[in-house]
Amino acid sequence: MNDSTARDTLIAARPAPDIRHGLVGWLRSRLFNGPVNSIVSLLTLALLVWALTPMVQWALINADWLGDSREACSGEGACWVFISARFETIVYGFYPVAERYRVDITLALMAVTIAWLAIPRMPAKKWVVVFALVGFPIIAWLLLVGGVFDLPHVPTRRWGGLMLTLTVATVGIVGSLPLGVLLALGRRSQMPLVRSLCIVFIEFWRGVPLITVLFMASVMLPLFVPNEVEFNKLLRALIGIMFFWSAYMAEVVRGGLQAIPKGQEEAAKALGLSYWRRMGLIILPQALKLVIPGIVNTFIALFKDTSLVLIIGLFDLLAIIRAGLTDSDWLGFATEGYVFAALMFWVFCFSMSRYSQHMERRLHRGH
Amino acid sequence: MMSSQAATSVPEGTSPASASDQPAMIEISGLNKWYGDFHVLRDIDLKVERGERIVICGPSGSGKSTLIRCINHLEEHQQGDIVVDGMHMTEDVKRIEQIRRHVGMVFQHFNLFPHLSVLENCCIAQTWVQRRPRREAEATAMEYLERVQIADQAHKYPGQLSGGQQQRVAIARALCLKPEVMLFDEPTSALDPEMIKEVLDVMVELARDGMTMLCVTHEMGFARTVADRVIFMDQGQIIEEAPPETFFSAPRSERTRLFLSQILGH
Ligand SMILES: Nc1ncnc2c1ncn2[C@@H]1O[C@H](COP(=O)(O)OP(=O)(O)O)[C@@H](O)[C@H]1O
Ligand SMILES: [Mg+2]
Repeated sequence: MNDSTARDTLIAARPAPDIRHGLVGWLRSRLFNGPVNSIVSLLTLALLVWALTPMVQWALINADWLGDSREACSGEGACWVFISARFETIVYGFYPVAERYRVDITLALMAVTIAWLAIPRMPAKKWVVVFALVGFPIIAWLLLVGGVFDLPHVPTRRWGGLMLTLTVATVGIVGSLPLGVLLALGRRSQMPLVRSLCIVFIEFWRGVPLITVLFMASVMLPLFVPNEVEFNKLLRALIGIMFFWSAYMAEVVRGGLQAIPKGQEEAAKALGLSYWRRMGLIILPQALKLVIPGIVNTFIALFKDTSLVLIIGLFDLLAIIRAGLTDSDWLGFATEGYVFAALMFWVFCFSMSRYSQHMERRLHRGH
Repeated sequence: MMSSQAATSVPEGTSPASASDQPAMIEISGLNKWYGDFHVLRDIDLKVERGERIVICGPSGSGKSTLIRCINHLEEHQQGDIVVDGMHMTEDVKRIEQIRRHVGMVFQHFNLFPHLSVLENCCIAQTWVQRRPRREAEATAMEYLERVQIADQAHKYPGQLSGGQQQRVAIARALCLKPEVMLFDEPTSALDPEMIKEVLDVMVELARDGMTMLCVTHEMGFARTVADRVIFMDQGQIIEEAPPETFFSAPRSERTRLFLSQILGH
């Protein structure tokens, strides 16, 4: 006998077998595949029903939706009339009623810009980015503050509610990312002076609680600037928040920079690309893509922490809802107020989270 | 001394221009480099004429990569002069970038930009360094991709290509800038055996076209076919320099003989 074998006809490729089960199959294989797993599944389901039923009953089934005063509340479930009656204040704060259209225009403009950037098919992205970073802030500032083109001046202490939350969050997000990128690059710089400066900046702002930063911005800063200069409280908070979060952002971005193999920069150098081109075209696009989850995580933390501005007397979304709770016509609706505030924050943060996952998938390049 | 006219294996009119009006392509004199206390390059003198093809070999850690990386200032040296195409290497960023525009480099691990398509990899430096219009840059890129026989993959991303294909793209990317000299740092060492030939074929082709080349490689067949000179390095110094025939048949140094017996080892 001969031990060696050889194949003279090759095996042709066959399609994979069809093993879709449908719902029943899925249930059987994922939830009820064995006695222990079945018990665990049943217990989990029971727990969900037990926990969710009263919540749904309170928030939806027994809730009161219509009306414009306290009389509309039956008291069996949540009374969302409390929210709807105060909705305008929750969105606009103390912004003068006659001028609220200016806030609407700004919000609409922002929504369109974000949607334009978020939808891959839209053309002229480059120009929209320029608009978002330069044009929009100017327009928004002129519109909201006024004092030009016959628009009456609205001082920032009258801003409040959702519009203030969005202002703080947007400025924080748009400001802290580029600043954080610059700090991260600076921290890896070959120039010792730049590097030390960036390290000191990052470590200072990272080591101080945000509440302290806000107190310092509102209480201490005026001590150093002459009395005549009315240095806007909101502006001070914005700068504090931007610096604070840019330090976090810098460390997130630095993590991404460190993950890029050295060969990438060497290849870019060998092609004669200058430092900023190497960073802008080769290193940062890869590094930022790697740390999208970390960046968005920071954005989400930033968004939620905007509510801390209430401690320096700014009325953000949460603060304005809290203020409503003390209204003598509406005592006793704290639960509705806080649930609604939580829901609003959750909607924004969850959208950011979903969009970041979408981005990660879209930018995947098979490596 | 070995004369650069020793080239015989590559035919017709590609023999290096010596003693002409133009300066040598690369002139390295008295080059010394340390990593901390470690003396990695010791008194290196090397002159590369235009059109000359040089293969550098030597044991791992002997400083071959460090030497060729000094030529485009991927590594800094502490002593000695490097003159590329008549330009003195200084610490001036503008000067370094200017020299890099004349020098193409191919790396062991390809170092393609994974977030850019093959075509974009080839266009990016043309667009941002040479400021060529996009259409022109793409035409040039396609021309070189055609030459390395990979034009049909132009719209794929590097991660979708095999190692051999990636290395050919890397060669095309460097050629797009029309460099005066090409540096290769073990271009086939990271490749599976069946892909080595496709890359070497491209390099032989390039040598035929008269490109000045400095290749760190252990592909001795390649050295025999195209090299004008083979340089053997050990412990940061140049031990032996000879035309390939002499180098392989009658190495003068004991170290070279030992190295050759290991690498050709039968
Ligand atoms: N960045 C570095 N720091 C310290 N030592 C290094 C560095 N790069 C290389 N070396 C050392 O320098 C020597 C030469 O390295 P290299 O030029 O890469 O050798 P080759 O390419 O001939 O294998 C090696 O001993 C290596 O360990
Ligand atoms: Mg090496």
